[in-house]
Amino acid sequence: MRRLRALIRKEFTHMRRDPRTLVMILIMPILQLFLLGYISNDVRNISAVVFDQDNSRASRALLDAYRAADYFSLDYVAYSEADVTQLIDSGQARAGIIIPPSYGGDLAAGRSAEVAVLIDGSDPTIANAALSAATFVGQAHATNIRFQQLAVRGPAAVTAGLPFEVRTRVLYNPDLLSSYNIVPGLIGTILLFTTMGLTANAIVRERERGTIEQLIVTPIRNWELILAKITPFILVSMVDVVLILLVGTLWFGVPIRGSVLLLLALSGLYLLPNLGLGLLISTFARTQQEAQIVILPLMLPFWMLSGFIFPIAAMPAALQVISRFIPLTYFLVIVRSIVIKGVGIEILIPQIAALSIFAVLLLGIAALRFRKTLD
Amino acid sequence: MDPLIVASDLHKSFGSTHAVKGVSLSVRAGEAYGLVGPDGAGKTTTMRLLVGALSPDAGTAQVGGFDLQLRTEEARAGLGYLPQRFSLYGDLTVVENLQFFAQVRGVGSADFVKRAAELFKFVGLEGFEHRRADQLSGGMKQKLGLACALVHQPKVLLLDEPTGGVDPVTRQDFWQLIIRLLTEGTAVIISTPYMDEAARCSRIGFMHTGRLLVEGTLRELTASMAGRVLELAAHPKDTVKRTALADPDVEDVLTFGDRFHLRVKEAAGPLARLPGALAEAGATVERLRSVPPALEDVFISLLASSAKGN
Repeated sequence: MRRLRALIRKEFTHMRRDPRTLVMILIMPILQLFLLGYISNDVRNISAVVFDQDNSRASRALLDAYRAADYFSLDYVAYSEADVTQLIDSGQARAGIIIPPSYGGDLAAGRSAEVAVLIDGSDPTIANAALSAATFVGQAHATNIRFQQLAVRGPAAVTAGLPFEVRTRVLYNPDLLSSYNIVPGLIGTILLFTTMGLTANAIVRERERGTIEQLIVTPIRNWELILAKITPFILVSMVDVVLILLVGTLWFGVPIRGSVLLLLALSGLYLLPNLGLGLLISTFARTQQEAQIVILPLMLPFWMLSGFIFPIAAMPAALQVISRFIPLTYFLVIVRSIVIKGVGIEILIPQIAALSIFAVLLLGIAALRFRKTLD
Repeated sequence: MDPLIVASDLHKSFGSTHAVKGVSLSVRAGEAYGLVGPDGAGKTTTMRLLVGALSPDAGTAQVGGFDLQLRTEEARAGLGYLPQRFSLYGDLTVVENLQFFAQVRGVGSADFVKRAAELFKFVGLEGFEHRRADQLSGGMKQKLGLACALVHQPKVLLLDEPTGGVDPVTRQDFWQLIIRLLTEGTAVIISTPYMDEAARCSRIGFMHTGRLLVEGTLRELTASMAGRVLELAAHPKDTVKRTALADPDVEDVLTFGDRFHLRVKEAAGPLARLPGALAEAGATVERLRSVPPALEDVFISLLASSAKGN
């Protein structure tokens, strides 16, 4: 314990003596927060859940129209409204189409029917696309029906207005503000930088400056050295999370709907695979420059493919597969769900499981490779 | 008395470079072992193998009876090491560096204050305790390194070229410190490229291309060359060198400042022949005599025969 305490104290002294790095760690998230704008994108195949209470020929025709339009992929069938919201809460579906039991009857009787479309607003890019697609496809189909009715029954039998109306409701982020998306996303990317990048550098620095040679001959254990190296960065990372949330709420008006404690706890979980990566990099790199050469190309796909900048739904299938091997992908779902949707831990089990697996794998490999020797 | 550090048949390769080829040595309490040799001879690699910073491909090392590979931490507990390269934290102060190594070495905080004062006085860093290590001069950095290596009172001290880039006065100070440690019963292994430093050691090992070519006391090593070194003071240089090498018994001519050292098969022949030959060639001879060999003569002769052997 004395050894570990001495090591950790030393790391904090390094940090104090190098205020530039510390300032960068604390200022960078705020800068990025202000710099990152809204990036719009063409979205197709939005995963949707269908709750067809009517199940008539008419309702199936409407769903076919949605399917044909290519905007939605009707992946799930629900049997209650609770199922619909549950699927959207968990992020499996981005939209829900609810057809009332009276839909077919109303159409046949010439009464106006109502179809509800729920849209997950936590990713404004997707939500915007879903919103206009839902309205557009609905109106096109309604016009079709109107023409059929006119042809079959003649003008007298038809009511004024369209035969049915699509009522859309955006969940979680009714105004579709992109800061809702950027702020939580930044938590994920900043933590990636502070843990993976800075940890790798902090360890490689010992090798680069030759201080590792003196550490080697002391009784310090590998795990003590690793733990001491990561402790300051875990603390600073948590300060960053709080800082981003504060600025996000106070400046950008992003409400935090879920539990901050849960968010901090899961941020802690998310740190582990990144620390593993940082350690792993440090076992390969001999200089900080070498470490940077590995880190930069790694950060780029993490940013691009995790859903931080571009929605995963808009990516080609091959890139979507890659995105599944990026811890940030899962953490983005977690952080957006907690901040924007306010969901609890029970919804996030798959993401937590994925992060845990990454953590065990990466830390395990890194610990096996990490040696307190020069060769 | 058992030796405090024993190495037997250490081997180490880096890729296709066989850096250390079967080095064995042992050092007792109060003994200073000098590891000499040209750059790239494998001195630093040997030192690193002896502290466990590198693991050997073959062979073993023991410190205080503990095998460095099997009981690494017990072995290291008795080990102090000053690497060739400055290996302390430049952004920490002198006292913070010492304190850090004291803590990770398990020196109690009550003992530390006393130990720190002792060490700073011993190495002469009093008054610099709160200076940042990267603002120290080269010699003071080495003194701080020595203090950190000594903080847990090790039985065995390994110094890898400790006086490299250090001014002559500090070098002298440094040797006074080493001599005091020896009288307290520490076993010291010191690597150095300087023959005059090696000559101060109780035993000297000469390393070349990864091998320990010879080992012995200064007397033993120079005895092999007794009567085979002539000192010649004469000029002009070129003529002297050419003429001397033409003698059948002269193996080599080395320039030592304004004089020459001739390595000869036997002394009598050249002593009789050379004055006449040199005068004939137009050189002025001031002095020609047989002298006791220096370490340099021994090692250069070894290098020459090992080059012939290859």
